[in-house]
Amino acid sequence: MFYRESGQFKSSYAADSAILTIAQDRLFIAALLALAFVVLPGLGSDYLLSGILIPFLILSLAALGLNILTGYAGQLSLGSAAFMAVGAFATYNFMLRLPGMPLLLAIFLGGLSAALVGVAFGLPSLRIKGFYLAVATLAAQFFIEWVFTKFGWFTNYSSSGVITAPPMQVFGIAIDTPASKYLLTLSIVALMALAAKNMARASIGRAWMAIRDMDVAAEVIGIPMLRTKLLAFAISSFYCGVAGALYAFVLLGTVDAQAFDLHRSFQVLFMIIVGGVGSILGSFLGAAFIVLLPICLNLLGQAFHGAISTQFLANLEMMLFGGLIIFFLIVEPHGLARLWQIAKEKLRVWPFPH
Amino acid sequence: MEWQFFLEVLVGGLLAGVMYSLVALGFVLIYKASGVFNFAQGAMVLFAALSFVSIQAMGVPFWIALLLTLALMVLLGVGIERVVLRPLVNQPPITLFMATIGLSFFLEGLAQMVWGTDVHGLELGIADEPFDVGGVFISKFDLFAAAVGGTLVAALALFFSKTKLGRALRAVADDHQAAMSVGIPLKHIWAIVWGVAGFVALVAGLLWGSRLGVQFALTLVVLKALPVLILGGFTSVPGAIIGGLIIGAGEKLAEVYLGPFVGGGIENWFPYMLALLFLLVRPEGLFGEKHIERV
Repeated sequence: MFYRESGQFKSSYAADSAILTIAQDRLFIAALLALAFVVLPGLGSDYLLSGILIPFLILSLAALGLNILTGYAGQLSLGSAAFMAVGAFATYNFMLRLPGMPLLLAIFLGGLSAALVGVAFGLPSLRIKGFYLAVATLAAQFFIEWVFTKFGWFTNYSSSGVITAPPMQVFGIAIDTPASKYLLTLSIVALMALAAKNMARASIGRAWMAIRDMDVAAEVIGIPMLRTKLLAFAISSFYCGVAGALYAFVLLGTVDAQAFDLHRSFQVLFMIIVGGVGSILGSFLGAAFIVLLPICLNLLGQAFHGAISTQFLANLEMMLFGGLIIFFLIVEPHGLARLWQIAKEKLRVWPFPH
Repeated sequence: MEWQFFLEVLVGGLLAGVMYSLVALGFVLIYKASGVFNFAQGAMVLFAALSFVSIQAMGVPFWIALLLTLALMVLLGVGIERVVLRPLVNQPPITLFMATIGLSFFLEGLAQMVWGTDVHGLELGIADEPFDVGGVFISKFDLFAAAVGGTLVAALALFFSKTKLGRALRAVADDHQAAMSVGIPLKHIWAIVWGVAGFVALVAGLLWGSRLGVQFALTLVVLKALPVLILGGFTSVPGAIIGGLIIGAGEKLAEVYLGPFVGGGIENWFPYMLALLFLLVRPEGLFGEKHIERV
């Protein structure tokens, strides 16, 4: 009843190709952005900002990257954490070796480095498909982790193999409080999400989906396989690289290669599966789910604190995590984004059943 | 002396490769019959080994403990099929894959919650001592493991090609619907496959457990089995063993002859690169089914 497009006419081509065609959607997104940009940095506690929102945003970005590759272009990858690591370590080295390099430029270059590495490891995708490719991307995961642990140059010969973020500033504003870090992350993520949304609707996104649905057919209708697949790897890795740089610099401050292990890759993969494969919104919903679930389980655990051992609790958490993933997949295999879609359909006709 | 050392490394690698094959075999079984890439195989290996050790620790004799664990693993396999995979029938492969990752979390938590997190030793009664074959030292234990692996592969290959049940399994693997329409009971078949995979996990768990000690790190043997799997092909039982031999030998030789030049520690990624190279020539693995695509 309240969420309905009737009476809203499109009278120009621009209106026809807008991202949000319904006034209610525009209002909702505007309110959400106002909440995120204005209200939360002012009112949110430090824990909310740096404990929940910043990890959520950064992991959403990584999930967006993987969703471009896996959800849109259909190339299953288990190496997203490796590309995050490339982004983080490249950004660190750009800032270290070129004094005076602005932070944003360094992050951008870090993303580009990740994109280059992504293209290199994307080359086998032209020949290998499906789960064979997925396992092959593990080569990237282990190889890159090994390189950053083994060769001291990347960590500036730090004895413990960690990189530490230098003092950061953007346009003369120091990035040192949780609120400023949050705003920096939010701005980058919002811009890149918008870009991803537009790519998905543009010709390149259509080409990716054609390849995902059937690559032979896509090639027959004239989609350049080499360029399109490698572009998917490049852009996906760019997103992961930027996410990795933010993860290292903004969230943790000090990080080693083990922070980007196979576990992290699986975490990102979980996000897009739980959120929705091939959906921009799904990347965010999935990230929220995966960030919040351990926190909720932890809180639940604290309620029983002392009554049972921490060891038992840790194992219980693992079981619950695994069990909930399976439960979600069984109940809604298309992810949380699909639930949102169903909710919108229902709202449209509410209060009538159809 | 030089070639003798080379031979020793080679044989050691080949025997280690058979151990990888044992884990890869569990993957192949399930993938062949249901198209599920079962990431939880490593968790099943841990579960089997931990259960066996804990049952034995209660004072149960070896063979009875073995039978009890076998029953437990078959039950577990059948249970997984019933609770996790049957509701997910007809979902895209990636969803099934994710479900098995969730399952591996669940099993790791369950195994450690029920049986504890201590590292247990596991004694199979085979001494891990080297003996001399024409100047090359070979570990008795490795030889035993290789024999077990070889027997298992031979038995499974015979089972798949000669028995009625094996043929039914292959029919299901080829085409679910066609198999159902000729009267093959799909649900039973899958339950059997998961049961057999549980059995294979038990064998792998016992051998790996007595090699590394029964502990959480057992789940990581999965990462050793994956390159074997793609090298041999997801759908081939003999491929698992050939892949294991190639990966095992390649890994050990690279570690000895290539490792010193790049600073060592390459055993984590080298098998994957090796498998990748093979895949560039044969994208379905060495013995995988050729996929003919039609538009």
